[in-house]
Amino acid sequence: MIEINNVSKTYPGGTKGLNGINLSVAKGEFVVIVGLSGAGKSTLLRSINRLHDITEGDIVISGSSITKATGHQLRKIRRDIGMIFQSFNLVKRTTVLRNVLAGRVGYHSTLRTILGQFPKEDIELAFQALDRVNIVEKAYTRADQLSGGQQQRVAIARVLAQEAKIILADEPVASLDPLTTKQVMDDLKRINQELGITTIVNLHFIDLARQYATRIIGLRAGEVVFDGPVEQATDDVFAEIYGRPIQQDELLEEAAV
Amino acid sequence: MNTKVELRRPKAPSRFKHYLTAIILLLLLWGSAIQTESSFSELFHGLPNMLDLLREMFPPKWSYFDNIFDAMLETIRMALVGTTLGAIVAIPVALLCASNLTKRGLIYYPARFILNLIRTIPDLLLAAIFVAIFGLGPLPGIFALTVFSVGLIAKLTYEALETIDQGPIEAMTSVGANYVQVFLYGVIPQIQAHFASYVLYTFEINVRAAAILGLVGAGGIGHYYEITLGFLEYDKTSMIIIFTLVIVLIIDYISSKLREKLL
Repeated sequence: MIEINNVSKTYPGGTKGLNGINLSVAKGEFVVIVGLSGAGKSTLLRSINRLHDITEGDIVISGSSITKATGHQLRKIRRDIGMIFQSFNLVKRTTVLRNVLAGRVGYHSTLRTILGQFPKEDIELAFQALDRVNIVEKAYTRADQLSGGQQQRVAIARVLAQEAKIILADEPVASLDPLTTKQVMDDLKRINQELGITTIVNLHFIDLARQYATRIIGLRAGEVVFDGPVEQATDDVFAEIYGRPIQQDELLEEAAV
Repeated sequence: MNTKVELRRPKAPSRFKHYLTAIILLLLLWGSAIQTESSFSELFHGLPNMLDLLREMFPPKWSYFDNIFDAMLETIRMALVGTTLGAIVAIPVALLCASNLTKRGLIYYPARFILNLIRTIPDLLLAAIFVAIFGLGPLPGIFALTVFSVGLIAKLTYEALETIDQGPIEAMTSVGANYVQVFLYGVIPQIQAHFASYVLYTFEINVRAAAILGLVGAGGIGHYYEITLGFLEYDKTSMIIIFTLVIVLIIDYISSKLREKLL
């Protein structure tokens, strides 16, 4: 479903963000990418939907190269890839429903979106998405009146309304407390299992990664240093990824106490 | 045992710079006063004249209200039309000036330069120029206010645009939205309340500005200032001043209440 072939990214300053990455993610997988800050997790995730451009290699999404796509074609590939951000990235001054409907604009003409008139099916789809993350009663509330966890669930609903086939989540729980973290991760896992949406999540809590992932990818200094099923990701493996033994604050349960 | 602890304290910065600044400021003030020949004794000697003027202004000629009512309406209409036209033109201008949206210095630096240029021209001068082009009447006044409004609204809006949250823009890009859609769903909702507030604020200023544009023949109530002052009919002038004051106060009050609600 996602083919990452020999991908490298060099920043203008000469720093290597990614270095010769080769990965292949199948449909329905729940992949967690772990690594230290600056290891290239975010860069890799943002390369997949081309929020960042890569300098070498090719990324192929369901058979079509996003690296070579431009204009309409690029937007059409992006439409199938939903993204969830650490800071939620909702428009805070607008209602929850409008935020979720914003996920639909890729399906409509510019003219139609200027008028802001979404078809009935879209609105129904948005409500179903909100239902799925248990927040439908907040549909007409302004986004800035919600808690962090609720805002992240709205962001998930936006991705669902988008009818994405792939979900990329960049540190989706980094600004949430342990309890909300569990709710948001549970939502992501459930969506992955029920709808079969391929999910790739960046995390830095090791125990969360173990709990939710079917496959773990470890990044270090822009290179893949581990790629395997969750059972193989032992403490030693994590120590290898992090370049040192695991510390207490890398475990959510410990950090929460 | 008896190790000597050396206390290291940073030296207090010299106050020389502050003194020098104060001296330069005083010199500038003194020099300006000398050059313009302003003196307090002049002000004192002029006091009786001022009192005479005030005495002639009082009581205001209330009946003059009927003559100036239409002109006052015209003033408000000029401000309304001028502000609206200016607001419409200001939107694309502000977009060109915002570095986070335009991303090309080749576009936003010249755009800002032109905007600054517009804002340095006083509105009365603009009105005088437009009167020379279009002749007497409210039309040149409206154009002058339009240009002035573009300068102000575009400036405030582009500064607000540069402080918006980039997150929603990123989110809309990832959703597969095109440039217009990113703008509609990622930028406008963040900026619309500010924009409306700036337009109202500009309208307040424009009502005040429109009240004196008539001095150069650009329509509105200002024309009557000129006439009554010219004929030394100070009781009528004071009527105009009072009326203008009341209208401006009312509009300022409504507008600032609305702006409070918006933000």
